[in-house]
Amino acid sequence: MASHSDIPNSAGSQRRRAKKGQAEAAEKYSVLLPTYNERENLPLIVWLLVKSFEESGNNYEIIVIDDGSPDGTQEVAQQLEKIYGSDKILLRPRAKKLGLGTAYIHGIQHATGNFIIIMDADLSHHPKFIPEFIRKQKEGNFDVVCGTRYRGNGGVYGWDLKRKIVSRGANFLTQILLRPGVSDLTGSFRLYRKEVLQKLMEKCISKGYVFQMEMIVRARQLNFTIGEVPISFVDRVYGESKLGGNEIVSFLKGLLTLFATT
Amino acid sequence: MTKLEQWMSTLLVLMLIWLCLVQDLLNLGYSKKFHDVILPLPVYLLVTAGSYALGTLGLRLANFNDCEEAAQELFMQIQEAQADLASKGLIL
Ligand SMILES: Nc1nc2c(ncn2[C@@H]2O[C@H](COP(=O)(O)OP(=O)(O)OP(=O)(O)O)[C@@H](O)[C@H]2O)c(=O)[nH]1
Ligand SMILES: [Mg+2]
Repeated sequence: MASHSDIPNSAGSQRRRAKKGQAEAAEKYSVLLPTYNERENLPLIVWLLVKSFEESGNNYEIIVIDDGSPDGTQEVAQQLEKIYGSDKILLRPRAKKLGLGTAYIHGIQHATGNFIIIMDADLSHHPKFIPEFIRKQKEGNFDVVCGTRYRGNGGVYGWDLKRKIVSRGANFLTQILLRPGVSDLTGSFRLYRKEVLQKLMEKCISKGYVFQMEMIVRARQLNFTIGEVPISFVDRVYGESKLGGNEIVSFLKGLLTLFATT
Repeated sequence: MTKLEQWMSTLLVLMLIWLCLVQDLLNLGYSKKFHDVILPLPVYLLVTAGSYALGTLGLRLANFNDCEEAAQELFMQIQEAQADLASKGLIL
């Protein structure tokens, strides 16, 4: 393995060369957009992503993983592919709804970037924060950068008091029990080094909110470094929320499992 | 050590120290007054922890930003995006 670095064209020497001059050109960011019934939101989020990346000048691709949405999200995605080009918009659909976790795994397999950005397609995560994620990553050479609603200028829009209390309460309990050193564990707006995300995906078994939480806990266990960027979270305007009633119960179960096993 | 074990062992150590003092297991011979102070310590600890939790929670709730401007900006951009996408030939 060590002898690899002696080969002139190895990844190591490429990285070293990149450091000297065109660091910007060497980095590529793959955005994973899992969609299920996001017909109205998908064009908007793609438009905002393209705008953000063109303004910041970073190299990117957008991977849309649609799980056979009955509302025709896939058809809209095909139109977007035509408009923006198949080098920028990559469609990697699956036949039926198989869940978020496996959608990410599926997406990574097709990603050509060395960094992966994970975000929701429902416009709660605004692409304008991506340049800040990238800046933060470079600043501390972080393995993971997490968006946080709970720190600095971060926050939410469109939440009633009850949802705020539940969110804050769950977050407080998590901080006390797990002491993760990250302020927002259930958010899913994050940037990962590709190989780090791959490794974490192998380790994480939980679903839903707990999955996002477990990713951070495992990242800590594996001594990966994590940075944070405050984000504003605007509740979805279009489409249906998949937030179920038993969400809180499964969250608590997952939290206690992590508490007892990690 | 798991987080659960960390919590358990910390609590266990605290409890043992407290028991030692209350029962005077080391035979240091405290005055009755000292004993009276030591005895309710766990209750104080519980009350303090509870107040801390409620206080922090309330403070964080009060400081939870409402991102009015971000929402406004997003709504404007949605309109801009819809117009631009329509001009690029997107049919919804
Ligand atoms: N491919 C795929 N995407 C999914 C699946 N479930 C959810 N998504 C997408 O994952 C993202 C997050 O899902 P949301 O429904 O917004 O979940 P949430 O953010 O917890 O809840 P709300 O924002 O309140 O609806 C969205 O872009 C969804 O379209 C799935 O089974 N497969
Ligand atoms: Mg959402």
